Amino acid sequence: MRKTSILVDKAAGAVTRIFALAAVSILVLITLGLLLKSGLILSRETPSQLLLSSEWKPSRGVFGFYPFITGTLLVTFVTMLFSVPLCLMSAIYLAEYAGGRFRSLVKSGIDTLAGIPSVIFGLWGVVFIVPFVRDYLAPAFGYETSGYCILSGAMVLSVMVVPIMLSIMEEIIASVPQDLREASFALGATRWQTVKKVVLRKASPGIMSAVILGFSRAFGETMAVLMVVGNVAMHAKSPFDPVYPLTALIANNYGEMLSIPEFESAMMFAALLLLVIVVAFDAVGRAILSRMKAEAY
Amino acid sequence: MEWRRLEEEAFKTAGFLSVSLVLLCLLAMIAAVLLKGLPALSVEMITETPRSGFYLGGGGGVLNAIVGSIYLAAGGTALAFVMSLPTALFLQREYSGGGRIAEAVRLVLDILWGVPSIVYGAFGFIIMLSLGLRASLLGGIISLAFVVFPIMTRSIDEILQTVPQDLKEVSYAVGATRFETTWSVTLRQAAPGILTGIIIAFGRGIGDAASILFTAGYTDKVPSSLMEPAASLPLAIFFQFGTPFQGVQERAYASAVILLVVILVLTSAARMLGKASRRNMIV
Repeated sequence: MRKTSILVDKAAGAVTRIFALAAVSILVLITLGLLLKSGLILSRETPSQLLLSSEWKPSRGVFGFYPFITGTLLVTFVTMLFSVPLCLMSAIYLAEYAGGRFRSLVKSGIDTLAGIPSVIFGLWGVVFIVPFVRDYLAPAFGYETSGYCILSGAMVLSVMVVPIMLSIMEEIIASVPQDLREASFALGATRWQTVKKVVLRKASPGIMSAVILGFSRAFGETMAVLMVVGNVAMHAKSPFDPVYPLTALIANNYGEMLSIPEFESAMMFAALLLLVIVVAFDAVGRAILSRMKAEAY
Repeated sequence: MEWRRLEEEAFKTAGFLSVSLVLLCLLAMIAAVLLKGLPALSVEMITETPRSGFYLGGGGGVLNAIVGSIYLAAGGTALAFVMSLPTALFLQREYSGGGRIAEAVRLVLDILWGVPSIVYGAFGFIIMLSLGLRASLLGGIISLAFVVFPIMTRSIDEILQTVPQDLKEVSYAVGATRFETTWSVTLRQAAPGILTGIIIAFGRGIGDAASILFTAGYTDKVPSSLMEPAASLPLAIFFQFGTPFQGVQERAYASAVILLVVILVLTSAARMLGKASRRNMIV
């Protein structure tokens, strides 16, 4: 009886180890799988040609991802321009000024936001943001646009990254030790001066990591972006021009993947690019956070 | 008023406005979907599959997508749970000793959480082809399982960490093994929290579109086996919205109402369960 219990216990321990190992190997498997499938295109063209050329002729097997990469980067950067100040100001307000009841109201709002599917963000973008940009924002700056453009994509995305960015920032700011604040108050500083000179300085690595994680979230977002950025692979000259991000490229061309091997390989290469960039960003962001957490204990 | 007070007030107001803007966007989104979708919502939408000419404005509903989404999300969540529970247990001190290995696995899980769902879609597509499958319910379930696995594992992990060490030690003291303690003390104590994690994962699964775009396919029928393609609500919204016909677009909004209501119900169920379980926990 006792012996079986111990055997069962050993077996259970082994099972958890196997599954944990399997979990970690998912990341390796995805990378290898995508790399293998990109092999065809990587053997035909040099990486610099794939990454830096704008020539896109699938029928002749020529794939230059440059416009798609810059498209993704442009939308993501403009998103950060909106979302970083928005989230930082909100996080400071929630952690330093807001009362308990208001804070928990906002938190449940943000939880709800985090659960909303990206298609619904996209729908909202088409119904609200696109006409707003077309009819009000663009004319105000003297531009003409269909509304399906970088700016619309960035506006939708900046709401989408709020849950991850704001919640990390808020947590980081709230975790700055109270002693530090009190030392600053004791010197006669106001709350805002304390925030500016003490709290933000202490929290800055964590805020940086929130920005990095938000960036990578925006970078890989697909459906909502696809619905509002226009999907035209051109050289964008203003935020009112359309772009064609990598994620939208993959999503729009799945039909062709089954019929043309080069095309499938090119799409897998695009997915690999996304994976590598997002994983690199997330690894840095998460590593900073876990180091901060370790230091706090 | 002194300059520094003025500065303080200005930033405080800016902070309040930022928070309000975020909440306003959430409300505007829900309002936009409800305002546009409710008039187009009918019993027919929920109880019927598309009739011929549905995408040109013909009659019928999106029952195929509702059922398809439930199958996909339930299958994906179940498959992920089989992996999540042991992985989350491994992260606890009594299994891995906590420490560096557990932190490393957590880091990988957090990274997996951030991997875009379109990449899981592409990976699911590779798996599908190598198994000789076509776009099917099974293909979609596999891809969705990848999407929700890290979310579920991390939330179960967080819950398991809240189980007090004392409670486990009482169990060890009466001679129970580690696994017996896990089974009859830790998991029982954590059960409502684990259920919350499952609901959150299910909600994420039912809303995800990019991962099942290539792997689940789309069909007007309700799937009757794992090998048949399956429609889904997010893709039903996406495809109907993409047509140039106004009547069909209105139905996209109606489908969005259905999806949104499902998500909101799941989110509040998870939140209420979380609150209720905290009340009954032994601390």
